[in-house]
Amino acid sequence: MMLLLIILVPTVLSGLAMVVPWNQWRPLLIPLAATLHLGLVITTLSGGETSAFDRWLAIDPLNRVFLLAISCIYLLCALYAPGYLWARANRSNRVLCGCVLLFLGVTSLVCLSHHLGLMWVAMETTTLVTAPCIYFNHNARALEATWKYLLIGSVGIALALLGSFFLAYAMIQAGSESTLLFDELVEHSHKISHPWLHAAFILLVVGYGTKMGLAPMHTWKPDAYGEAPGMIGALLAGVLTSVAFLCVLRFFHIAHIAHEDRFAQRILVFFGLLSMGTAAVFMARQKDIKRCLAYSSVEHMGMLAFGIGLGGMAVGGSLLHVFHNGICKVALFLAAGNIHRAYGSKSTDEVTGVIRRLPISGVVLLAGFFAITGSPLFGPFVSEFQILNGAFEAGKPALGLCFLLFLLLVFFGMGNTLVNCAFGPLPEEGTTTQFSDRFSVVFPLLLAIGLTVLLGVWTPEPLPAWITDAQQFLQRSPAE
Amino acid sequence: MMTALLEPCMVIAVLLNFYILSVSRLKMLIVVVAIQGVILGLMYPIVHQGFAPTAEAGLDLIPLVRLLALTIAIIAIKGSLIPVMLNRAVLLADIRSTVTSVIGFVPSLLIGGVGAAIVFVFAQQLPVSPDHHSPLLIPTSLTTVLTGFLILVTRREALAQVLGYIVMENGIFIFGLLLIEAVPILVELGVVLDLFVGVFVMGIIVHHVSRAFPEASTEHLASLKEL
Amino acid sequence: MFSSLSLHTIIHVAVALLFPPLLLGVINRVKAVFGGRRGQPLLQAYYDLWKLMHKDSVISQTTTWVFLFGPVVSLATGILVALIIPLGHASAPLAFAGDVILAVYLLGLGRFFTMGAALDTGSAFEGMGSAREATFACLAEPVLFIGLLVLAKLTGSFSMIDVLGDGVAEAWSGATVALLLVLVSWFVVLLVENSRIPFDDPNTHLELTMIHEVMVLDHSGPALGMILYGASLKLFVFAALLVRLTGLAATGNPLADWGIFLTGTIVVACLVGVVESAMARFRLPTIPAALVGAGVVAFFGFLLVMIEL
Repeated sequence: MMLLLIILVPTVLSGLAMVVPWNQWRPLLIPLAATLHLGLVITTLSGGETSAFDRWLAIDPLNRVFLLAISCIYLLCALYAPGYLWARANRSNRVLCGCVLLFLGVTSLVCLSHHLGLMWVAMETTTLVTAPCIYFNHNARALEATWKYLLIGSVGIALALLGSFFLAYAMIQAGSESTLLFDELVEHSHKISHPWLHAAFILLVVGYGTKMGLAPMHTWKPDAYGEAPGMIGALLAGVLTSVAFLCVLRFFHIAHIAHEDRFAQRILVFFGLLSMGTAAVFMARQKDIKRCLAYSSVEHMGMLAFGIGLGGMAVGGSLLHVFHNGICKVALFLAAGNIHRAYGSKSTDEVTGVIRRLPISGVVLLAGFFAITGSPLFGPFVSEFQILNGAFEAGKPALGLCFLLFLLLVFFGMGNTLVNCAFGPLPEEGTTTQFSDRFSVVFPLLLAIGLTVLLGVWTPEPLPAWITDAQQFLQRSPAE
Repeated sequence: MMTALLEPCMVIAVLLNFYILSVSRLKMLIVVVAIQGVILGLMYPIVHQGFAPTAEAGLDLIPLVRLLALTIAIIAIKGSLIPVMLNRAVLLADIRSTVTSVIGFVPSLLIGGVGAAIVFVFAQQLPVSPDHHSPLLIPTSLTTVLTGFLILVTRREALAQVLGYIVMENGIFIFGLLLIEAVPILVELGVVLDLFVGVFVMGIIVHHVSRAFPEASTEHLASLKEL
Repeated sequence: MFSSLSLHTIIHVAVALLFPPLLLGVINRVKAVFGGRRGQPLLQAYYDLWKLMHKDSVISQTTTWVFLFGPVVSLATGILVALIIPLGHASAPLAFAGDVILAVYLLGLGRFFTMGAALDTGSAFEGMGSAREATFACLAEPVLFIGLLVLAKLTGSFSMIDVLGDGVAEAWSGATVALLLVLVSWFVVLLVENSRIPFDDPNTHLELTMIHEVMVLDHSGPALGMILYGASLKLFVFAALLVRLTGLAATGNPLADWGIFLTGTIVVACLVGVVESAMARFRLPTIPAALVGAGVVAFFGFLLVMIEL
């Protein structure tokens, strides 16, 4: 029942949001849902039920980490939602609120589902649910971004379906019971048909990787993140990509049990490095703050895939990085959203002197920049260092050096964009909007950046143990 | 016995792929894709019956009704709902009646042909279950996916890209036929995918693209790019 | 190389030499019927040939021997091909392993000299016609070859008398679809190679729109007669390919086989007439697309044959 509630509560509140007539009060439903969700998640994780509906929904060491991560990240975004939507009172937020709430429900469903088909349907729904949010601004550019997002996203999801078919067929090929439940897939996967598994794994990584935003399927990302409100960008970069990563991990797990780690790892390392490289190239001289952040998201998705591909301790680094990246991205995207509101632009040509115009958002943007590029003291440093360490430990120094090189390039590229707009002259009077750093729109930023710093120096207790559990779950030696 | 009916269906599906690659009139494209969809709908019961043991086929009524309902649903969605909606979109949005290709029609047809060859060779490498095995099914499916992808990538018009997506999804559906007996739910998900297309066509093209742009060509959707 | 001079060989040679012009008459008659006219006599082509053979030739002073060679070579290659492919019986006066390739390239040689002769006149129109002919031939020849490959694969031989012999009838039961695809693509090749609507219009009077006909504008008298005869031979050869491909003319009864074969070629001619009456000419840019389409169709047939292993 608890598992069902995790999904149902946001969904019911989403329905409520669609019927609430007051534009002003409706956004409050979002933090309400997020708080309830986090409460439910914590209650469940600290010893509630672990499966429901014949194990179609289940908690295991892997999705436990992800469920907690998305709930926390979503809460941070949710706290920002009312302040942001009040600042945009001239526009109806009915669809946005409904979709954002439903988004929480379906991403939780993706997280919890232990069934190939159910997970796929939930993933497909996330595409549909987020599209109206990206189109919130109702202009031609937002439309274009939505169009690309839908088209590329649905192609990805279609390929994922084909991959799921392949996987199911691989099981039948092996002469075992046909099943779509992950537990049974994992149990039987040591006798799976290997050629089909190879084909299936590639398709699934490409398919769910599209939702993750791995290069070269990342092209929707800069557009969608660039045109969507900052809050939606934060949700996509922190929550959606994380659950897509979970889907990839599910299939990696199956491949691992089937003794195909070498193959699966090579593919993930390939996509990981390609994503990091692509991001590094496109970030150089990037003039658009939000697009710059989008490429940063591509980079970090690459990092996650790269870490899993390395194996060993890097896997734990990757899992930890889901938290760090998500929370830090929230701080960055929300700050970028505030800047966009204040300047009416997101190009470095017009956006200068943010530190003076919006002191808090500006500082958070800068701090977030240092954090996400892996400066010490911040959370991402810990996980990125662990991934790097994993590369050397695994005896792949060349890969480790590549990783370092891309980090360096990204640091310069991103720094060029963000530092330029943080400092510099204040824009002339009258060119900017009335928007300013009010409490309602800055406290979630401060919370997020504070958490990032906190995670950099101290990881709260159950988390390290859970991460280790998840790592062991993924690396459990396959049954003979 | 049933493969005797199935294989011509699949050959027609592949030939339609080639035709789809060379058609330049939007209306014709919609019609051809719809025809392909109907053929797939017809393949569905053929495959189903082909696998069923003949002894109990007449006795079980519920699966039969379910089969019938699904077949009708597939044919209705692919063969009439989607084309009607797309035609409505053409009317409402006043979309240009020809499709243009980034690389030209002859090259895309050639790529389609070469791709089909590669797919056929590749499909030979994959092991296939002997029990319900039509050697054409997997290559047909993959060729169709490839065709859809090619249309999606090379055609400039938004609506043609949607059609490419539908063709791709048709290919996935054909592959799903292999799994009908084992995991019917997965195949039925393919139908969900169709509805999904419907939603996004209706939502995006008809209501918004036409309002924002005079012609719903994705060429107009090109202001977002790297400088 | 020469099979023994049997009755079949004699019939073969006689049919190959005498029958072809009739097909032109059949096409014209079908078109006339569709157009609501009475039309020319069925034997009009024979009268034309007779008339042309008794005329003098006018030869431009700027031309060389190439100009004279064009009609001669194209006629000679046409006759040779007609002797290589089996007609009403699975035998041919000229038969050896690999003659499939020879047959296709003999057709190519004839075309080469026709184009050479056209270029030799130095006329811009004829040069344009040659260029188009070369372009379309490039696309049509592979289609023919792929179809022959399919048959070679099915019959396990590379000689015309086997490839289009009695084995084809058996192959139909195993590879119906592939052979149907080849049949369709070869019909397209027939239309292209014989400059028929919708690819080319043999009766057009505007040089700009012509493809094949523009190349022979400068020939007259016996040379034109040879070209006319060569064209009818080519039509006959392709019709024979199609009829042999159907495998119908393999009943085992020699008399019936020849009967079916001759009727078959006339049916093909009727079909051509129907297509010419029912279709409009393609725009020039569509022609390569249609040809590539035919090629892809034939190629798909080939894939089907390969996968049935």
